Amino acid sequence: MSRNVGVELDALWVRFGDFVAVRDANATITGGEFFSFLGPSGCGKTTILRTVAGFQAPGGGQVRIGGRDMAGIGPNMRPTALIFQNLALFPLMKVWENIAFSLEVKGVGKTGRRKRAEELLELIALPGAGDKLVSELSGGQRQRVAIARALCAEPDVLLLDEPLSALDLKLRQRMRAELRAIQRRVGITFIYITHDQGEALTMSDKVAVMKAGVIEQIADGRTIYNNPATPFVASFVGENNVLRGKIRAVAEGFAQVETPDGLFRGRLRTDATLQPGGDAMLFIRPEAIALGGGAENRLTATVEAEAFEGQATHLQLRAAAGQAIKMSLVNRGAVRDAHSGSCHQLVFAAEQAVVLPAGELVSE
Amino acid sequence: MGAVGGFFERNGLLLGLYLLFGVGFWILVLIVLPQLAMLDLSFRHNLPPSLVGGPDDVYTLENYRHFLVGNPGNPDRLFLFGWDTGIPFNTIDISVFFRTILAALAVTLFDLLLCYPLAYYLGQSNIGGFGRIFLLLLVIPYWVNEILRAFAFRILFGNSGILNFLLLNLGIVDQPADFIRADVALYAGLGYAYILLMIFPIYNAIESLDRNQIEAARDLGSPWWRIHWRVVIPFAKPGIVSGCTMVFMLTAGALAAPQILGGPSSLWFTQIIYQWFNTGQNWARGSAYAVVLLFACVGLVLLLMRLFKVKMGEIGK
Repeated sequence: MSRNVGVELDALWVRFGDFVAVRDANATITGGEFFSFLGPSGCGKTTILRTVAGFQAPGGGQVRIGGRDMAGIGPNMRPTALIFQNLALFPLMKVWENIAFSLEVKGVGKTGRRKRAEELLELIALPGAGDKLVSELSGGQRQRVAIARALCAEPDVLLLDEPLSALDLKLRQRMRAELRAIQRRVGITFIYITHDQGEALTMSDKVAVMKAGVIEQIADGRTIYNNPATPFVASFVGENNVLRGKIRAVAEGFAQVETPDGLFRGRLRTDATLQPGGDAMLFIRPEAIALGGGAENRLTATVEAEAFEGQATHLQLRAAAGQAIKMSLVNRGAVRDAHSGSCHQLVFAAEQAVVLPAGELVSE
Repeated sequence: MGAVGGFFERNGLLLGLYLLFGVGFWILVLIVLPQLAMLDLSFRHNLPPSLVGGPDDVYTLENYRHFLVGNPGNPDRLFLFGWDTGIPFNTIDISVFFRTILAALAVTLFDLLLCYPLAYYLGQSNIGGFGRIFLLLLVIPYWVNEILRAFAFRILFGNSGILNFLLLNLGIVDQPADFIRADVALYAGLGYAYILLMIFPIYNAIESLDRNQIEAARDLGSPWWRIHWRVVIPFAKPGIVSGCTMVFMLTAGALAAPQILGGPSSLWFTQIIYQWFNTGQNWARGSAYAVVLLFACVGLVLLLMRLFKVKMGEIGK
């Protein structure tokens, strides 16, 4: 197990017959990083993981681990260990035999294997469970055994394929923190696959958002959320309002967008190529919209539905020209600010709105 | 009454009665009673019908004694490590008996080695349509009855058979090889006869093995043979034992294949049993020989199951 072994995807293509599962993927995963691939099911994220693990040969391009091209190197010879979605623990072996399987393969004697297994059981807070069968463990315990089994192989890169998806919500949230802590302790590179944005944003140093075989954006979680690169990323990660229109003017990193509900100003990305007259989408988060007046972006809308969720009230509104608006009001006391049927003026700051060239949104 | 009442409640009166009498009839009348009659007969003298039930109709161990020591005046003696014990010994029957058991074990092992890779391939590769055709191709030849198949093998392996024709024309041999005398035909026929009973249980077991387990083992650095040794075979063990048990039992008890394909010098133990019943007109002795074979086979299977740590319940899975 050595730290700082990075992984590079270099113009990677994977095809299954006519179907392109991964299209020209490029990514540099720094050694010791917690890197997530986030995307809806079928977007090719698992295929990327299997290609890094060596179960899938690239149809073009390279996978490099620690700078070394992995072409022709089988899964059993790569410095990676994969944690499967269903964990794939060996049901007929005891817990300690599961954990020490990679040592058995290397020809380590029984006492040495047992000793290492006990150390790892200590690490995953399951001391004394070595002689149990996998079927005698709970879901969370199995999860930890799978992690220990993978770590026992001393991989430079740990690959995790939605390993928390089978757990219930509370356990999933606890395992997130635990996984992150284990990653910090062992210091090796983690590549994590998930369709759950909460998991990706809370655990990862970097997130790659994928759509239909294409990596749309690679950035840290904050940037993904606050400064999405494409309409897909903006609509897939978190809630967002989309206002469609045409660019009226562009100046100093901001653009004016003309929509049926009026003229709105929003931030442009530094790499933006939008010109006046171009089709654009303006994205504004529900929590960035406020009731009242003052700010430069204003529109009037009627409340259609409200949902009280404790910490916030989610409102569903409709603007005069038919635009649907979602907004969230943080609960600051017992006063009820809005109710169904009432008409309000909504405002948002130009800094919190993002203007992107029109493109495909996530399909609901 | 609780269990019985529950049984009828679950299945209804009609189905309950049918299950009770159907299974009862099957077990009692078709299995237990005939075997008990056979067991009883094996301890009796071979009497003409007029004396059956008379004062001479008494229990005896004579038939079993005959299996061990042969006819009175049998010159063969039991040798232990070259030392003449002086005890008469039925060399022919006992050696045929052991040869049959060993040959049946060898055929079973051969079938296992032949079928495991096939069953693994069929069970683990998602070959879909092709896999189903392959399974069908395995099944269809078994529509042909056993005796016809045995004769077909005789033709295949005969002096002027296809195999010899090919070998001669390819210049591999200059004389037709006598596959019948060398028992090649016999073992090929026996090996082929029950192959399905080996493939299907193993295939069933392997099909339910999660593919990720194999990939996980590979990912942890395991070479292919260790994956089979540590992951696939332990998982498929009930299927393997079930297949081996059936093939062994049926091979040891086979009659048609040895009768038709056996060379002039090879005798299968079932043929001796058949001779006692048929030409020998001594049902009592035939029964004793059949009982010996049955108990030897059951004992051997139980011993092997113990050796490989398989429980009876797992086989039924």
